[in-house]
Amino acid sequence: MIRVILPPYLRTIASLNGEAKLSIEGEVTLRSVIDTLEINYPMLRGTIRDYATQQRRPFLRFFACKEDYSLEPLDTLLPQSIASGKEPFFIVGAIAGG
Amino acid sequence: MSSVRLLVGTKKGAFILTADGKREKWEVNGPFFAGWEIYHVKGSPIDPNRIYVSQSSGWFGQMIQRSDDGGKTWFQPGMKPGNPTTTPDGMPATESNKFLYDTSPESGKLLTTHQWYDGTQHPWEFKRVWHLEPSLTDIDTVYAGVEDAAMFRTTDGGKNWNELSGLRGHGTGPNWSPGAGGMGLHTILIDHQNPKRVFIAISAAGAFRTEDEGETWKPINQGLISQYIPDPNAEVGHCVHRIAMHKSRPNTLYMQKHWDVMRSDNAGDLWHEVSGNLPTDFGFVIDVHAHEPETIYVVPIKSDSEHFPPEGKLRVYRSKTGGNEWEALTKGLPQKDCYVNILRDAMCVDSLDKCGIYFGTTGGQVYASSDSGDNWKAIVHDLPAVLSVEVQTIV
Repeated sequence: MIRVILPPYLRTIASLNGEAKLSIEGEVTLRSVIDTLEINYPMLRGTIRDYATQQRRPFLRFFACKEDYSLEPLDTLLPQSIASGKEPFFIVGAIAGG
Repeated sequence: MSSVRLLVGTKKGAFILTADGKREKWEVNGPFFAGWEIYHVKGSPIDPNRIYVSQSSGWFGQMIQRSDDGGKTWFQPGMKPGNPTTTPDGMPATESNKFLYDTSPESGKLLTTHQWYDGTQHPWEFKRVWHLEPSLTDIDTVYAGVEDAAMFRTTDGGKNWNELSGLRGHGTGPNWSPGAGGMGLHTILIDHQNPKRVFIAISAAGAFRTEDEGETWKPINQGLISQYIPDPNAEVGHCVHRIAMHKSRPNTLYMQKHWDVMRSDNAGDLWHEVSGNLPTDFGFVIDVHAHEPETIYVVPIKSDSEHFPPEGKLRVYRSKTGGNEWEALTKGLPQKDCYVNILRDAMCVDSLDKCGIYFGTTGGQVYASSDSGDNWKAIVHDLPAVLSVEVQTIV
């Protein structure tokens, strides 16, 4: 089971109290995680990736095992500890305004 | 007994302010969608409990929210808790956040760029919904004015949105350019006597009219003179801040332009200036009294570089002659040290016998007058910066 930690605003939108838990068959990549997240939580469509370009929104970043995957190609394989659920996959909102 | 409900959009959430018909005691509810920019909240004229919200964020993009119970509960259209998220054939049940420009070969292939600040062409990029205008005749039909400027429509209560690409495609689209606040379609007026006729305004392109519910459009900017553009009399390029109309007189339009207050008596075919004795004719809002079609309201702002009331005095100006002759309304409004702005969607009027006038400020105040503007008081003082104010008169 893949564990995904969302920014608080998106947790509210998705009515999540904690982590999103995703079941993914096949390779666990950035794309498969985001695709599955959007299928399970359709209210999040357009919030993480721009609807038109399908690009990551600029003020969001992707982290796995303390590494920044934000600029990696979407088909990049995520670490085994993410695929196994040992570590969560983070979608992080930028700190801005201060 | 009748009551009124104010729908207030702010930089950090939505608020609902309610009062009975006397409009003396107000109850404030909110924030709803706390932390998000709420550009506009508007109820259906068919059922006031159906309310649509434009919710957006620099982090997470655009969302549409809806209430079917007057704001007690909210949901993204098509995503009520417990509803299936996909159709039987596996497609998304709803795509209420999806605003994609028409790029189809038939109608959208030429709609690729508009003018950028430096005069070059720039791709259209969706940013947010500025204004939602529910249909007068169908509860599930809503028009949306968006940035970058375009018109969208839903016919299923907000589940799906499609562009009315005849607006961008009528010919002048490549000449539109953004103002300092972006290139937003911010005003949508539906003709109450002929709902197929709709007027819209875009900063900084101008005003446009359709006679066929948005299929085809024509610019209606003749008579506007804007000294800040290369051709002051150009067909498009005018920074129209707001237009207003009384429902009994759909051929008479009032406009607060970047500079100049304007009037047309032929549905926008020709405009003339009615700024008259205003202390400054720069401003954003303009509205019409509910029962007196020649009584109009503006809030003068000092200038395009100083977005606050002249002399630090917050004054609503009223004309009972459809323009040119204006009187300052000051009772209950701060007359010193006031440096707020009143944004273009932040004034409205109710339809009670004694017409109520309302406006919100970037300082977080919402002011109300229950006597057509003679006397004012602040309903609330300390909301986040107010982006929009709409009122529902509930009988």
